Amino acid sequence: MTSSAATALRFHNLTLGYDRHPAVHHLDGVVEQGSLTAVVGPNGAGKSTLFKAIVGALKPLAGGIERNGFTARDIAYLPQAAEIDRSFPINVYDMVAMGLWRSKGPFGDIDRKDHAAIEAALAAVGLTGFEKRSIGTLSGGQMQRMLFARLLAQDARVIVLDEPFSAIDGKTVADLMHLVRQWHWERRTVLAATHDIELVRAYFPQVLLLAREPVAWGATREVLTPENLDRARRMCEAFDEAAETCPSEAA
Amino acid sequence: MIYDTLIAPIAEHDFMRRALAATFALSFSAAPVGVFLMLRRMSLIGDALSHAILPGVAIGFLLAGMSVLAMAGGGLIAGFLITIGAGLIARATTLKEDASLAAFFLISLALGVTIVSLKGNSEDLTHFLFGSVLTIENTALLLIAGIASVSLIALTLIWRPLVLECVDPGFLRSVSRAGGAAHIAFLALMVLNLVGGFLVLGTLLAVGIMMLPAFIARFWARDLTAMIAVAVGSAALSGYAGLVLSYRAGLPAGPAIILVAGLLYLLSVAVGPVGGLVWLVLPRRHLEA
Repeated sequence: MTSSAATALRFHNLTLGYDRHPAVHHLDGVVEQGSLTAVVGPNGAGKSTLFKAIVGALKPLAGGIERNGFTARDIAYLPQAAEIDRSFPINVYDMVAMGLWRSKGPFGDIDRKDHAAIEAALAAVGLTGFEKRSIGTLSGGQMQRMLFARLLAQDARVIVLDEPFSAIDGKTVADLMHLVRQWHWERRTVLAATHDIELVRAYFPQVLLLAREPVAWGATREVLTPENLDRARRMCEAFDEAAETCPSEAA
Repeated sequence: MIYDTLIAPIAEHDFMRRALAATFALSFSAAPVGVFLMLRRMSLIGDALSHAILPGVAIGFLLAGMSVLAMAGGGLIAGFLITIGAGLIARATTLKEDASLAAFFLISLALGVTIVSLKGNSEDLTHFLFGSVLTIENTALLLIAGIASVSLIALTLIWRPLVLECVDPGFLRSVSRAGGAAHIAFLALMVLNLVGGFLVLGTLLAVGIMMLPAFIARFWARDLTAMIAVAVGSAALSGYAGLVLSYRAGLPAGPAIILVAGLLYLLSVAVGPVGGLVWLVLPRRHLEA
């Protein structure tokens, strides 16, 4: 199958899961290059699973993902629960500098241009002056700002954010959302999972509503209808016998 | 007076100079490895593995007698086999890596002591378990220097992926495959340094010069580079002070070195500027006043 130049990702009958239990079922579709897509769905809908597959951390049970002109490692990925050891003695500057790995590798020198890029990324997230602070001293919001600075330093064409705004105050969400929109203006492809429907309505042109199977995918206004949201909720409950894993606040 | 106490023992005896050279070389390579082990919460893994090299050493001894190369080679092979074996069992079964390592080290210790007793006597066994830093010969000294050089160079090469693998393994996995290679190289360095430590301090105490300086450093530095500098410094200081102490007081040298490190550790726990106990007590006194 061929991809048009405007396609970033294409899913073919994609089925994902763990131990043969599917978490995402028969997903078909295309993520356009430069699109800004919210992935919405109840807990257990398969959002994180889909993202893991996109970044190559999970092999599909069936079907496949076609990446147009880049590899899984070219994607900047912010996992939902980053396995960061916050007690490790490393400072904010060095953490952000890690974002340069793809261009620097294990030995590459950090030159003046890179220093400028790191400083610019820190400034963009409002962490100027935090360079020497060890990561263990950061608040939750500051931590997330630092991880966004690292995403900025990665300078990737495709960016995947798994619930980047959970447990974060409004001001921080607004600041970080500004960066996401900037990526969109720069024609980067951005996928973000979130439970915040209002945020999605306000900023995301595209939505994939997921409940193990795709419920709807397209322009935000057409996807986020009460009927679709209700359907997503009921589909998740039908699949999952333990209903408490599928709380109603979740989309 | 100062010369007599602190310098003469080293300056006037060839065996003391060799012992000091060996402990210094070991300080430069084992202490940084210990810092990473501590930061990765693998402190006890070093301990387990240090016992695990004993059967290899014992087989070397069985085959070639008190040959440094045979014993070090045997120790290396045993260390690598057990690291790999424990890793494989942890992956293939539900047993966690620390549990499967513990199983291996218990078997190894029993096996090692049994093999040594086949040919040697209790003096040989003491020699294996606690080392004999004062009778280090040229081959052993060269071997330790070689191990120290190799491990310093290797640590420089894997530094960046190793740090990343410690602090954010998920991120490293998302951008590179280097994490797995760095982890394996690091485990190899640990085995290498335990064998080096065995030549100086024996299998039971080898891990002391690796881990105690790392724990000391935690109380003095917040930054990784500074932490490693403190660890190397305190390892070297323990080596020197332990040797002088053992000479002056007629104590066994290996245990004296580790005891000095232990004293430095207790001191650091008490008054270390980063989270030492004294900082728990001091502010409280202010509150009451």
